[in-house]
Amino acid sequence: MKRKNLIQKFWNYLLLFVTLIVVVFVLGIIIYLIVKGLPALSWEFITQKPEAGMRGGGIFPAILGTLYLIIGTIIFSLPVGIFASLYLNEYASKNRLTRIIRLSIVNVSGVPSVVFGLFGLGFFVILLKFGKSILAGSLTLALLILPVIITASEEALKTVPDSYRQASLALGATKWQTVIKVILPQALPGIVTGSVIGIGRAAGETAPIIFTVAAFSQPNLPNSVFSQVMALPYHLYVLATQIPNAPENIQWGTALVLLLLVLFFTIAGTVIRTRARLRKVNL
Amino acid sequence: MEKFKKSKFRILKTFLISKFVFINGIISIVVLGLILAFLIYNSLKFFSSYPFFDFISGTRWSPTVNEKFGFVPLMVGSLEIAFGAILIAVPFGIGVAIYIGELAPRLVRETLKPIIEVLATIPSVVLGFIGLKTVVPFVKNIFSLSIGLTALSGSIILAFMSLPTIISISEDAISAVPNGLRNASLALGANKWETTYKTVVPTASSGILAAIMLGLGRIIGETMAVLMITGNSPRIVFSWLQPVRTITATIAAEMGETVQGGLHYSALFGIGLVLFLITFLTNFTADRFVNRIRNII
Repeated sequence: MKRKNLIQKFWNYLLLFVTLIVVVFVLGIIIYLIVKGLPALSWEFITQKPEAGMRGGGIFPAILGTLYLIIGTIIFSLPVGIFASLYLNEYASKNRLTRIIRLSIVNVSGVPSVVFGLFGLGFFVILLKFGKSILAGSLTLALLILPVIITASEEALKTVPDSYRQASLALGATKWQTVIKVILPQALPGIVTGSVIGIGRAAGETAPIIFTVAAFSQPNLPNSVFSQVMALPYHLYVLATQIPNAPENIQWGTALVLLLLVLFFTIAGTVIRTRARLRKVNL
Repeated sequence: MEKFKKSKFRILKTFLISKFVFINGIISIVVLGLILAFLIYNSLKFFSSYPFFDFISGTRWSPTVNEKFGFVPLMVGSLEIAFGAILIAVPFGIGVAIYIGELAPRLVRETLKPIIEVLATIPSVVLGFIGLKTVVPFVKNIFSLSIGLTALSGSIILAFMSLPTIISISEDAISAVPNGLRNASLALGANKWETTYKTVVPTASSGILAAIMLGLGRIIGETMAVLMITGNSPRIVFSWLQPVRTITATIAAEMGETVQGGLHYSALFGIGLVLFLITFLTNFTADRFVNRIRNII
């Protein structure tokens, strides 16, 4: 009996130890990045253009480029993603087609990001003649995060109780009116949370934008959706591997700004979810 | 009459709306189909003009110097890094999943889960950058190599990257095990740990396997980190302490230098197609495992 409990204790501590190693590494990475990157951050760093062959100045064009890409990605992915989840949860019957749709969603989310880049290059940049542009880049990123948005929206739609649907239909509303006026408002916080987190992911992607939008150096700010832009993730890659002797603090500063941008979306998503939950409890 | 017209309009409207929603619904099939079609279309030139046998068994990838497109070095590079990464990630991933999902007190679990989730949000280029500044010099010093850009460095960072996938899906599988099984085991006199490893983990095993497959899919498809830290040398080496080059890194590194529509350009779409098929199969298999566990419970 004693031996049995000793074994249990051993495994308990061993797995706790393994877990702590992982946690320490995750926190270590973030703290290390903050410690190394924080000294580089200044108002000038985030508002000025690169200088001296990217060995000086700031990273404003890259930040702006990434923001443009985020906006484009939201415009292209959010409506389609929400309607797709509405179809799956409200309209589709349980048949073969629905199964194939679900399987496709899983598989699209498993397609490597560099393959999205290839597709964006072949389809948007060359065939549709968008060129390397904000338009081509946002469309590519939008396809990449579509599965995240569909899955998150569907989860949110599932939490709306069936009695709401029945009540609305019983009052004489059509299916569409029910969806738009009853179901969507209820599911909105969940949809927004999932989408915001997905968009944060898109903001940090590099491989899909290398061939579709990202410019090595483009200090001039974009003037249309057909402009090339610099983007934070690609800029970090360029600084770290393509520019010999790029100052360390600029590299770490860029990495930190990118991480903060992505974390901002994650935290914003979580806050929206928590607030929505609290509101529901108060009801 | 007026009323009749109105309802006719309403029927038309309902019809159009349901068609519109349907078109959005099948978007993921369209996307998947388009990606496959484009990879095939753009790689046709390569597969029709370059001997397939030379591609699949060629041992040299030297596209610009003498137009040699041997796939073996890239495949070996990808597999080598993936194997190393899985070897590191599986014990850690499953260990953490079991601890968080089964053994940890509630408060500890609620604290640890968000930390693991944060790891999933760190962009791969940032992890690659940190790997370049920390893991690469570390590997270089500890094995006293001339350069630290090796397969091992890549494996370490990729293991780290696949952890969130492996942990969260394994943990889902573990928490999906019905409490009745746990209670039955405890009632028979087994303690918590015996219940965990003799009842819970075997029941969740197909979900855990799916988690490993999905982690593997992520590792093979990962681009930026391997591009930055594995040295990018397309030679066949069977050592973790040498630079290698993966399929993904080759596409990302070379696409910028190719002539649009040329043989090299087409060849990169060709290896993209192979990559797509590999990850497709991995995910498809994983999905089967996930469905199996749903059916059991």
